[in-house]
Amino acid sequence: MSDIQYLAPTTLDEAVSAYSGAKGSAHILAGGTDLLVQMRSGMVNPGLIVDIKKIEEITSVKETEDGVFVVGASVSGMELANNSNFGKTWPGVLEALNLIGSTQIQGRASLGGNLCNGSPAGDSVPALIAAEALLTVQGPNGRREIPVKEVPVSPGKTSLADNEIAVSFSFPSRPAGSADAYLRMIPRTEMDIAVVGCGVSLTIEENTCTRACVGLGAVAPKVLEVEGAAEALIGSQLDEDTIENAAEACRACCNPIDDKRGTIYYRTKVSGVLLKRAVAIAAKRAKGV
Amino acid sequence: MNDANNKWIGKRTIRPDGADKVTGQATFGADTTMPGMIWGKVLRSPHAHANIRSIDTSKAESLPGVKAVITSVDVTNYPLDKPVILGIQDMRWMTRNVMAREKALFHGHPVAAVAATSQKIADQACKLIEVDYEVLPWVVEIDDAIKSDAPILHEFIEFEGKPSNIAGTLEHKKGDVQTGFEEADVIVERSFTTRPVHQGYIEPHACLVSVSADGRTTIWSSSQGQFMVRAMTSMLTDIPQSSIRAIPAEIGGGFGGKTIVYLEPLATILSKKSGRPVKMVMSREEVMRASGPTSGSKSTVKMGIKKDGSIVAAQGTYYLQAGGLPGSPIRGAVGCAFAPYDIPNVHALGYDVVSNRSKVAAYRAPGAPIGAFAVECVIDEVSEAIGMDPLEVRLKNAAKEGTKAAHGPVYPRIGYYETVEAALSHPHREIPLGKLQGRGVASGFWFNAGGESSSQVNITEDGNVVVTTGHPDIGGSRASIANITAELLGIDYKRVSVLIGDTATIGYSNLTGGSRVLFASGMAVTDSTEKVIVSLKERAAKIWDIDPEAVDWEDGYARPAGANAGMFDPLSLEELAERATETGGPIGAGSQLNTAGAEGGFATHMCDVEVDVELGIVRIIRYTSFQDVGLAVHPSYVEGQMQGGAAQGIGWALNEEYIYDSEGKVDNPGFLDYRMPVCSDLPMLDTVMIEVPNPKHPQGVRGVGEVPLVPPLAAIRNAIYDALGIRFYGLPMSPPVVLEALEQREAAE
Repeated sequence: MSDIQYLAPTTLDEAVSAYSGAKGSAHILAGGTDLLVQMRSGMVNPGLIVDIKKIEEITSVKETEDGVFVVGASVSGMELANNSNFGKTWPGVLEALNLIGSTQIQGRASLGGNLCNGSPAGDSVPALIAAEALLTVQGPNGRREIPVKEVPVSPGKTSLADNEIAVSFSFPSRPAGSADAYLRMIPRTEMDIAVVGCGVSLTIEENTCTRACVGLGAVAPKVLEVEGAAEALIGSQLDEDTIENAAEACRACCNPIDDKRGTIYYRTKVSGVLLKRAVAIAAKRAKGV
Repeated sequence: MNDANNKWIGKRTIRPDGADKVTGQATFGADTTMPGMIWGKVLRSPHAHANIRSIDTSKAESLPGVKAVITSVDVTNYPLDKPVILGIQDMRWMTRNVMAREKALFHGHPVAAVAATSQKIADQACKLIEVDYEVLPWVVEIDDAIKSDAPILHEFIEFEGKPSNIAGTLEHKKGDVQTGFEEADVIVERSFTTRPVHQGYIEPHACLVSVSADGRTTIWSSSQGQFMVRAMTSMLTDIPQSSIRAIPAEIGGGFGGKTIVYLEPLATILSKKSGRPVKMVMSREEVMRASGPTSGSKSTVKMGIKKDGSIVAAQGTYYLQAGGLPGSPIRGAVGCAFAPYDIPNVHALGYDVVSNRSKVAAYRAPGAPIGAFAVECVIDEVSEAIGMDPLEVRLKNAAKEGTKAAHGPVYPRIGYYETVEAALSHPHREIPLGKLQGRGVASGFWFNAGGESSSQVNITEDGNVVVTTGHPDIGGSRASIANITAELLGIDYKRVSVLIGDTATIGYSNLTGGSRVLFASGMAVTDSTEKVIVSLKERAAKIWDIDPEAVDWEDGYARPAGANAGMFDPLSLEELAERATETGGPIGAGSQLNTAGAEGGFATHMCDVEVDVELGIVRIIRYTSFQDVGLAVHPSYVEGQMQGGAAQGIGWALNEEYIYDSEGKVDNPGFLDYRMPVCSDLPMLDTVMIEVPNPKHPQGVRGVGEVPLVPPLAAIRNAIYDALGIRFYGLPMSPPVVLEALEQREAAE
């Protein structure tokens, strides 16, 4: 392991140039809660590690006057929880991020790391998709913004180019009567990996759902946006039949595997249950009751 | 002894090893290093079952940095046809478990080991070892292993006259079950399965071994018995026991799993070959793949009951997985299953089944939870069938003093009945249950054990006390021994220091297991301390020039008694220590005993569950254990044992299981996917200690560590029935299993 080069640049340009110019296998280090485990188990053998935690833009949280939040890709779960406003607007994203690992892990684990790890079971990803968050990435050819739902590709793979670094997430401003929620099914109560994860974001105006987005994790090779569920919910008063239709849309889009963490049957069934429960929580929050 | 006059016995004193553990100063198995130390690594079989045709180690040996490479030819062989028994182990199997000999018997079975100057080089060297395998058909599950056309693991093992994977049987009989069943008004017969579960100790196996040029060997390792480490290492290396010093580290959990060796003999041979100290530490994955879980099982239990609630006949058949080599805990399953009850006709039969999985090791009351699971579930069903409360049925049939158990003994005073009485009258039973909540009960028994223990009690020159025993402390035994010594000497607890000796500094002591340590070492320490008190009285008598018989020992002072009472000022322990040289030299005494009289332990558990019927998740919402603890020398550590057993039982019942892939390889070798309960999964585990002192022990001690794992499996299963009306017959009752059962019922309706 003596042949690993470690860099901790203070500017994004330096980071991009080191990362994109690296010969051999370069890895970005945000919190390291996935990378270090993968290194220890021999899954990855980085030639270069670029630690992005000294870059201000990547480690800060900003709120604009019109209510847009910009959250640096390596802001830890604990830091985001300590932000006085973020959790009021995006309780679902925050609870999803805060479910990852233990208290110690929360001091390191970040939204950017969770998304770029590419796991279909990453807890924060369904919530980010439901929030319609945009990811800003920077590479040698400059910056671009991509919807989070377009980032996951397959287990361990994202749509980021080899030379691009995740910089920050931008969360759109939203009208009053909006809220989100995230729920996951795990056999235990914590320290576990999602068998199914479901994020729901809603806007409710005068008892009618006017905007909805649903993200579903651990039921397919990548985290999914369930458009059918959102279509069912929008325009409705979130009555029982509507929610059942949305749950059915979730079940229908499941393409899971049978593995040690859950069966196809179980995951499919549970996706609908979580959708119903997450909608109920988000609706309650949106109505402020 | 259990009275209000006790100053230290029964008190919640601060454990002597506590400060080191909470500050990180304690030295565990992997914490010792030495100058010149190198690293040992094990190459493991990638096949579940394969003949080993040949092993070529030459490329590994020529890698720079590699200092030694070993295979089974370097380990002492014990031929297959002659048993070599050490404790409950057979060295024929131990030698083949630490290093595969003729065959690799499971995925992860060691086939070679290397020692090199770094872990990385050792890993590279393992990859350079060429093993020529003849891959064989393999079998993992019991049903497959006992089929007539199953792949046979060991041709020399025969059952009913032909090669078989059934490696042994054990049978207990009392009365005549046939006649018994004829008397029954209701008979219920059910079949059950349980999955293998790991002990789940946090500390992986680890050791450091240094063999000097003259063959003197020092082993630092974490185990449940330094003398067991010495004996097994000696037998597997041909180094005499007198040349091996085994030094016990603090232990980060064992639960029975550290009662055998895995690494110590390999590190010893590697050190001998290389001339360097060798350290070996298992990864969690190695622990899960290759160290002992307890058995998976299948069983059938039939019980006959009369309408008045008397159980008239009981029959149980148990098949237990042994892993790749014989030796499953059928004794615990067959012997403990019916032991809480006074049943006139009992027949219990156990089969030891080998298959291509890691060799099982002891796990907290080995076999007994499997035995009790089936029996306690069937008792729930027969109770329902005759319309009687399951606790009342247990009370009616409770074994008592004078009951002859099916496994042999006639019980002396035991406290099973009291545990059921306590459960019946406890407020837990009155708490109303909500929707989708249920309450279940079950009981359990464990043999407990005595055996060999040594102790030395020395008075220091400044009048304090050092006690040395030979047992690794896995449950608070040092604190308990300090309580006993302080009580007997009548001095402050803080003046007693309790140490665990190594194999060169204390006499032979059998391993920490069978819930035997405080029973046996308490006896040895009592004996030593009483000898010290005799000596102290003699010295005071000498100073006063009176008869030793005329001296009393009281509250840490020698006092003249009888006719001499009041004639001299009392002499304190400090004063006697100060004058030791003039009164006969150092003060101290040792004791080496083979203890007997460790009577059985009984417990009854009550559990409330709540089921999330949409997700199939069972949550434990309330749990109370009632246990006859003999006498609680240190109540906190007795409660800790009761809670720990319940927690492990909850994991076994609800989520823990080994998952094998299509190649016969464990697919969940880590704590992420091998789901033991975490803190937030458990409610407060309440405990009710019932003290029925063991009449055969000076302090009334009964073993308390193992029986807490016996009742939980059935208590939880019976509670789920109460909540859902669905009876489960297999473990774990994990969310997919529970949800599927709910769906099936819905479909049937």
